[in-house]
Amino acid sequence: MLEVRDVFKSYATPQGLLPVLQGVDLTLGAGGSLALMGESGSGKSTLLHLIAGLDKVDSGSIRSGKHRLESMNEAQLANWRRTEIGLVFQQFNLIGSLRVEDNLAFQARLAGRHDSRWQAHLVQRLGLGDLLTRYPEQLSGGQQQRVALGRALASQPKLLLADEPTGSLDEATSDDVLRLLLELLDDTPTTLLMVTHSQRVAARLAQRVVLSNGRLA
Amino acid sequence: MRINGVVLMLALLLAGCDQPAPEDKGFAGMGDQAQSYTPVVPGRVFSFPADHGAHDGFRIEWWYITANLKDQQGNDFGVQWTLFRSALKPVAEQGGWGNQTIWLGHAAVTSRTVHHAAERYARGGVGQAGVRLAPFEAWIDDWMFASQAQDPLSEMQLSARDKQFSYQLRLTSSRPLVLQGDKGFSQKSEEGQASYYYSQPFFQASGTLQIDGQTYTVSGPAWLDREWSSQPLTANQTGWDWFSLHLDSGEHVMLYRMRQKDGAPYVTGTWIAADGQIQTLRSEQISLVPQDTAKVADRSMPVKWTIRIPDKHLDIAVDALNRNAWMDLRIPYWEGPVHISGSHPGQGYLEMTGY
Amino acid sequence: MRVWRQTLRALLSHWRRHPVQFFSVLTGLWLATSLLTGVEALNSQARDSYARASQMIGGEPQASLSTPNGALFPQRWFIELRREGWPVSPVLQGRLTLKGHEDQRVQLMGIEPVSLPADSAVAGQAMAIERIVEFFTPPGNTWISPETLRLLGLREGDTPPTVGGHRLPPLLVQKDMAPGLLLVDIGVAQALLEQPEQLSRLLLPKEFHQALPASFKDRLQLKSSGEENNLARLTESFHLNLDALGFLSFVVGLFIVHAAIGLALEQRRGLLRTLRACGVSARMLVACLVVELGVLALIGGLFGVISGYWLASVLLPDVAASLRGLYGAEVAGQLRLSPVWWFSGIGLSLLGALLAGANSLLRAARLPLLAVADPQAWHQQYTRWLRRQGWLATGLLVIALAALIWGNSLSSGFVLMAGLLLGAALALPVLLSALLTPLLGRSRSVLGQWFLADCRQQLPALSLALMALLLALAANIGAGSMTAGFRQTFNDWLGQRLSAELYINPTNPAQAREMHRWLKQQPNVTAVLPNWEVSVTLQGWPADVFGIIDHPHYRQHWPLLDNSGGDPWGKLATDDAVMLSEQLARRLKLKAGDHLSIATPNGTWSPRIVGIYADYGNPKGHVLISSDHLLRGWPQLTPNRFNLRIDPAQIPALLTALQTRFELDDSRIIDQARLKGWSVQVFERTFAATAALNSLTLAVAGVALFISLLTQSQSRLGQLAPLWALGVTRKQLMLLNLGQTWLLAVLTLLLALPLGIALAWCLDAVINVQAFGWRLPLRVFPLQLLQLMGLALLATLLASAWPLYSLYRTQPADLLRTFAHED
Repeated sequence: MLEVRDVFKSYATPQGLLPVLQGVDLTLGAGGSLALMGESGSGKSTLLHLIAGLDKVDSGSIRSGKHRLESMNEAQLANWRRTEIGLVFQQFNLIGSLRVEDNLAFQARLAGRHDSRWQAHLVQRLGLGDLLTRYPEQLSGGQQQRVALGRALASQPKLLLADEPTGSLDEATSDDVLRLLLELLDDTPTTLLMVTHSQRVAARLAQRVVLSNGRLA
Repeated sequence: MRINGVVLMLALLLAGCDQPAPEDKGFAGMGDQAQSYTPVVPGRVFSFPADHGAHDGFRIEWWYITANLKDQQGNDFGVQWTLFRSALKPVAEQGGWGNQTIWLGHAAVTSRTVHHAAERYARGGVGQAGVRLAPFEAWIDDWMFASQAQDPLSEMQLSARDKQFSYQLRLTSSRPLVLQGDKGFSQKSEEGQASYYYSQPFFQASGTLQIDGQTYTVSGPAWLDREWSSQPLTANQTGWDWFSLHLDSGEHVMLYRMRQKDGAPYVTGTWIAADGQIQTLRSEQISLVPQDTAKVADRSMPVKWTIRIPDKHLDIAVDALNRNAWMDLRIPYWEGPVHISGSHPGQGYLEMTGY
Repeated sequence: MRVWRQTLRALLSHWRRHPVQFFSVLTGLWLATSLLTGVEALNSQARDSYARASQMIGGEPQASLSTPNGALFPQRWFIELRREGWPVSPVLQGRLTLKGHEDQRVQLMGIEPVSLPADSAVAGQAMAIERIVEFFTPPGNTWISPETLRLLGLREGDTPPTVGGHRLPPLLVQKDMAPGLLLVDIGVAQALLEQPEQLSRLLLPKEFHQALPASFKDRLQLKSSGEENNLARLTESFHLNLDALGFLSFVVGLFIVHAAIGLALEQRRGLLRTLRACGVSARMLVACLVVELGVLALIGGLFGVISGYWLASVLLPDVAASLRGLYGAEVAGQLRLSPVWWFSGIGLSLLGALLAGANSLLRAARLPLLAVADPQAWHQQYTRWLRRQGWLATGLLVIALAALIWGNSLSSGFVLMAGLLLGAALALPVLLSALLTPLLGRSRSVLGQWFLADCRQQLPALSLALMALLLALAANIGAGSMTAGFRQTFNDWLGQRLSAELYINPTNPAQAREMHRWLKQQPNVTAVLPNWEVSVTLQGWPADVFGIIDHPHYRQHWPLLDNSGGDPWGKLATDDAVMLSEQLARRLKLKAGDHLSIATPNGTWSPRIVGIYADYGNPKGHVLISSDHLLRGWPQLTPNRFNLRIDPAQIPALLTALQTRFELDDSRIIDQARLKGWSVQVFERTFAATAALNSLTLAVAGVALFISLLTQSQSRLGQLAPLWALGVTRKQLMLLNLGQTWLLAVLTLLLALPLGIALAWCLDAVINVQAFGWRLPLRVFPLQLLQLMGLALLATLLASAWPLYSLYRTQPADLLRTFAHED
């Protein structure tokens, strides 16, 4: 489903070129789930951003089915994000001006894949029924992350990319959100790639890899 | 000899346009060089009525009247009326605004408690002020000294008016004029500064006087001085003290003391006998001593004098009727009526400048 | 001390990282102070000129004697009055044309320094005796102000020739001389003006009160001090208008400051908390913020006064021309400002900064030590904010309404305008929100929904800039409509009123009588309409009374705004009747049918008012009466003007005949076209400065919008990045963003239209009436409105261009930073 081959990525810093990824190879089958671990600064998020099409590789390739991310232009990458990817961030990144209901449907409608039955199902599973008319700022962290999960899954993406989705949450909430995520994924063919530094969270996922010194160990 | 403070102003005008700075010109800038003005020389023969009028070519000239008056209750008053003519250029009078003469009027009234003074300014040539012969009239605005009869000085009308006072007097005299000094040539310093000078000390005045809304019917002796010159002072003369005295004995005395920056003052005078005969008094014949000073307008003024003329057995004390007779005008000076006691009681006028 | 320094350093480091904000605050302060101080400079310059003109003779305005119709009189009268004890001093004044400066207007004033009242000061200073003598002793002096000397391109000591072939005495600069005026000795003036032994006025000491001698009763009339110095009074409204414009810009500028300072505080919230946690007291923190604000205000204020000075010097010629044209007031063309002006400009900036930053300082003082989650979501705050704006707006509009109903003065007129403008500005976000919310409900597309929802969310941040735009645009529409309407009304009125073909002013009374006879014999002249004129004071207002003959011409060409019914012109000719100009009627609170009292040398006359007519642009009152009545009151008057109806083709022949017969110079014969051209030119220049200030106000609003967009473009990134992550391209985002700005701007512009027209109505029907005494019909010029809208859209485009461009240039990496929590 996802094939990452020999990916190099470095960033220009005032101190010179900073190599972040130095030949990363990763394969992830459809429907699988993978925890991407590593220390702070090991390049976990960078890899996730590359896969999400938010950034481009210096060299190497990222493929998913017929999609080859390294050769896409900006519009194609936007389309990739819109239609194939679901994104969950540590800081939730909900759209403040829209109500919960509209936040949930946002990406699905952007992708032209809005399914109200599926959304209703998600709302029910995520327990957001009473919060639909609220604005994100009125929700607690756990609630916001549940909305973010709902938004990512509502468009039924092939690949769900989560960047420390529980990083801003306390342990109980974190477990709760994770449980919901994994339960929901069971009902879909969606593949999960999650960046986390928590062993406890990683243990719940099918596969685990550790990134260190720009390579997968 | 009445060189008045006002003339300072006129002289300053000249200094302002002819010379850089009026320095060391003596009091009133009258020690200024006479330039091309007509010089005053001895031996000039006076001719009347022509000499009552203005004299072209001379720098300054004045018509000066003082009167010592009493009302019916015996209260004393003093009245002053002066018209100055100042020629800015030594040229003949011409009509219109091109005329280069400035006229000044001073008028004052003095009682034991009150002293009011006023001034008027005018340019010559347009009729606002001037002196005319036949019939004689000297005027500035509505102030005038005008003849009422054929004989120019036998019957005169004198009037002046300001906010706080006014007077209308009739002056009469049948006595001849008095030519001061040497037949009218009056010397002012050892260096020869001089003026032409004649007087009529025998005027009898009567009329009305208004002070602060009160009207008084008054009468008493009056004195006219006429003088014209081009440079009457030396550079180091700083001011003068001048006396015109009516003695009850019928005699009149004119005395003045020119104060010098360096050295003794120049003192001279005229003794006018009751019959009009005159005798010039020399410095050594006169003793003129200030006795008492008063603080007037922040200056120390000698308002009480003793005068001795041993040759005439005169030994008198002269005391101001009102010590505050300060002429608070653009150029200020002291001028007011005086009382005389001692060997020859009487009354008169005192003028003090340059303090 | 150390704590102070460290705290300040920490606070100031913010500006290094946010230079745009820094410049926003400075720009706001700069714009606010520069326009207001500029206007103040113009006003104080003009007032200084009036003061100098009135101090020309005398420390204070003096009383004077002149002939009832302003004609010259013989110098003999001066002597006669002096000899009656009247302390008068003669003056001869007239217009003088210098050779080579035929287009410049200079007034020549001849005075007699020796007889001037004792308390007089000439050109602001008591004249020293030396100066007096130098002044009138040949060659004498011509006193001139430095500005006028420069304007004429002459040097001190020059003796420029007049067109009459005379030479002026050597020029001498006097810094307190009134501009446009040459002061010479009376004798010199009589020669230069070729008026030997003639005078125009006699000055009196101000404390002198006495009845005129009987023989002068109907020859001269006394004008007491107040009447002589009407300039300040007449021009008051003109300056008030400038003040209002300056103040509007000040408010708009403060909007910018307020927005930028508020944002800076928001962004430094964390820093402030950290500082507090490190042991800096709240009081010290606020003190540091005040110091910071003060320093910013000083810098901004300094720039403000400098550019205010520059602005004033650029606008001064137009303002001077306006004042000259409208009121005949001479204003120096060179700025002279006192140190007080400079300091007050900077003080203004400090005050403004404090005012604009007060809210932020208050919030900083109340900042809780610990960050707690904001219990109120933005939309709740938003609702509360909207409600508060709504109440404030309602309150202001109620005040405006009250001022409209009960007000009856110029200040109440300005209260009405201020209430209307500020009320409308505060209501703007409420209205915009009310427009956006229903649209939001109806939107089908997901991006459309976001577009509108986000638009609404941006309202609080952009509202100040939008309000500024609304205010500026409304002011422009209002002033523009008023000006254009006035122009049209004025032109129509001129066309009707200036219907005679030729206007001739005789030189003197004898010539007037002879000319009247001669003109009546000319076969080509279809009508001779003589005018007799006399200046009077009606209940303290200066007015000119014109005597006219009964002629059908007036019925056709003299439109009346109001009349007492029947045949007003017939009544004017036969009854005890007058007609008044509109402004005089308003000033005296009279209407057709009332009686007016006019003091004549032969007693008071109380005719009935039978008609009221427009007399635009004339600050003095204007009264028409039949010549019979005028001559009964002032028997010695002769016509001062003849208006001729004549076939235009016959004009050259008549002119030739006139010139040979009467030796008239050009200034005494004016044809219709020249008079009309001159009037229109006066009018155009009158509004030139207003127009310039208006466009500047619009520019300030544009800058306000630009800065608001720029300051919020940083925080916008956080709102836009998630959309981008969800697959919206950057190009789309940019277009959406532009669309939002434009939507808000266009809605604001649409709302500005009715507001501007309401404002135009206020100006036409309230301010003009109170300030000038005439009411104008409201006229709307669609083309002008379109032009303004286009201009405003352009301003919006320019304002949004840079922030958008920088958004477009944003690299994915910048957007990524929003999501980063490591690296």
